[in-house]
Amino acid sequence: MANMNLKKNPMPEQDPLVRAGNFKEVALGYTAEIAMDEAQRCLHCKNAPCVTGCPVNVPIPDFIDRIKEGDFEGAYQVIRSQNALPAICGRVCPQESQCESKCVRGIKGEPVGIGRLERFAADTAMKNGITVTAKENTNGKKAAVIGSGPAGLTCAGELAKAGWQVTVYEALHTAGGVLMYGIPEFRLPKALVEREISTLKELGVQIITNAVAGKAFTVDELLEEGNDAVFIGSGAGLPNFQKIPGESLCGVYSANEFLTRLNLMKAYTFPEHDTPVKIGSHVAVVGGGNVAMDAARCAKRLGADVTILYRRSEAEMPARAEEIHHAKEEGIHFHMLTAPVSIEGDENGFVKAIRCIEMQLGEPDERGRRRPVPIEGSEYELPMETVIIAIGNSPNPLIKKTTPDLPTERWGGIQTDEFGRTGKKNVYAGGDAVTGAATVILAMGAGKKAAAAILEDHPA
Amino acid sequence: MFPIVKKRVLNETVTLMEVHAPLVARKAMPGQFIIFRIDEEGERVPLTIAGYDREKGNVTIIFQKVGYTTEKLDSLNEGDSLLDFVGPLGEPTKTEGIQRCAVIGGGLGVAIAYPQAKALHDAGAEVDLIVGFRNEHLIILKDELQAACTNLIIMTDDGSNGNKGFVTQALQEQLESGKKYDTVIAIGPLPMMKAVCDMTREPKIRTIVSMNPIMIDGTGMCGGCRLTVGGETKFACVDGPDFDGHLVNFEEAMARGRMFRPEEAQAREKHICRLTGEAR
Repeated sequence: MANMNLKKNPMPEQDPLVRAGNFKEVALGYTAEIAMDEAQRCLHCKNAPCVTGCPVNVPIPDFIDRIKEGDFEGAYQVIRSQNALPAICGRVCPQESQCESKCVRGIKGEPVGIGRLERFAADTAMKNGITVTAKENTNGKKAAVIGSGPAGLTCAGELAKAGWQVTVYEALHTAGGVLMYGIPEFRLPKALVEREISTLKELGVQIITNAVAGKAFTVDELLEEGNDAVFIGSGAGLPNFQKIPGESLCGVYSANEFLTRLNLMKAYTFPEHDTPVKIGSHVAVVGGGNVAMDAARCAKRLGADVTILYRRSEAEMPARAEEIHHAKEEGIHFHMLTAPVSIEGDENGFVKAIRCIEMQLGEPDERGRRRPVPIEGSEYELPMETVIIAIGNSPNPLIKKTTPDLPTERWGGIQTDEFGRTGKKNVYAGGDAVTGAATVILAMGAGKKAAAAILEDHPA
Repeated sequence: MFPIVKKRVLNETVTLMEVHAPLVARKAMPGQFIIFRIDEEGERVPLTIAGYDREKGNVTIIFQKVGYTTEKLDSLNEGDSLLDFVGPLGEPTKTEGIQRCAVIGGGLGVAIAYPQAKALHDAGAEVDLIVGFRNEHLIILKDELQAACTNLIIMTDDGSNGNKGFVTQALQEQLESGKKYDTVIAIGPLPMMKAVCDMTREPKIRTIVSMNPIMIDGTGMCGGCRLTVGGETKFACVDGPDFDGHLVNFEEAMARGRMFRPEEAQAREKHICRLTGEAR
């Protein structure tokens, strides 16, 4: 009998007041009982509309069926057939605008908690030590993957499953890209990312860290060295600034720098780890995306009073609803329709305040979002010691500079067809390097499509 | 892992190491830098490349013990390894077209000025190499410096080598004696580079400085190394580390360099605690 409850089983979470003081994971995950109960809410629609909402086509009703039956390992294997990183997707995918937005149960009530069930299946598999079986036969084809973020890892996994010999080149000292340096521990535990990456290594994928494409080697050299295909998944690199006065004061960070110090370098344990992070008692975060929420919630956990400044209204905020909700629960202040005009410094060059102006929404822009317009005379000052700028990134120039025949957009993104083929023979690309800043799952979808294109263009 | 294949103490605070890092050695050029990390808890620290041997796959770094991590690096020996060593990062120094130049190094900057002087000298340029140290005991790489230039001038702050004064004074004397340079390259502490730039601004001598700001990834991702150059924000790691010294906002760079001073002191204290065996 289907469970006709209109609401999802709630996700057990750390209490907001407790978690605002630690970096442990916020969402605790379903128990087996809750998962089986939630699985009963799935109607197993024949046409499976949910699957059409998934960028990597996970056979959602099939894996939920396995959970219903208590076959958790089976559920994991079904997901794993299409998704190389299920424990990660179950946590950071924006399900509300993907699979769950298509769920029939969502018409009247809440959709099935697909993301939560995916996470449950993956976590259970990891806990029980289920691994994927390595492919023994290789077909002699070789690929190089630049970047070990979600796009690169997915592409590498797909190619390895097809018998390719794959080498992934990572610029940082740790594999995982944004999963390691960007998304905080309390939203995506790093040990879990490492486990997902080790399952890829079991598939035969080789990962070389400390290897900067465009510096230590070029795309052309990778092709000359006998790779049949090169996939570029180098991500969105350079942090954008607002070009307002005071952005170079001490105490102003890009969200990339702030999050990298905390997540990759573990500065929240300083001086146990050697990298410090300096944070004042009042912190402003500029921006309204997931990265802004991550930065704000990290600052909160370091003990600061945190205010998010966003120039549009909450309805236009690009962050996931759940992230905004979590941030509010943790006591983060939101100043909507507010834009910074300058950052003020003290005599030693440290931040002391941020000057803001109130905005109102005008005509929609080319993307349909209403354009914010400053209200004259509404300027005011907020005392701050730290300002974190989270207004997006521009593509990293290193690969473009050293690969002159790789066609790119005016803003720097790599041009590809819808399957990830670039204008350069045997070179493919996907993820933020192509689209500009987007989500983990879209990058994974792009990595998967590109892998399919590589396999099609290079038959064994 | 990246083994230390050679260690040479240059003076009481400056050490040279050769590190086996073939991927870096393959492409390294003068003016570029590496980032190292000693162990799992370590911070990422940028150091300019002081030399390289492509055949052996070794890269030379020269560092001064100025803080916690460089002290820790100095405690390592031949046969020990670094956990991470990535590069070559940044843009190489553009030496094309330089015919008569002064290369100026102050303190540890001498180690960075050396490969640039050598590259220019090897390419047939006339190179006046002006280097400065606090006293004669701190003079490093004397033979190497001599072989890398047309004319070597060594200054000491206290005059203990018989040549008292700052590098800027030596430059001033050269200019006043009628020396014509098409380029001046200045590498060293920010106040020294600023002083050189102030001196060359009026006679309009192209002046290149090598910036060494706080940095994390070194590939353009964190923006921590940003500088204002000619009124624009530039990232030292991907746009530099070399910049037109006359356009660099040195005051801002000096302020940003002080951002983590208290934390640096805290980390050093921890180091001392560990050395003396006290619990941290």
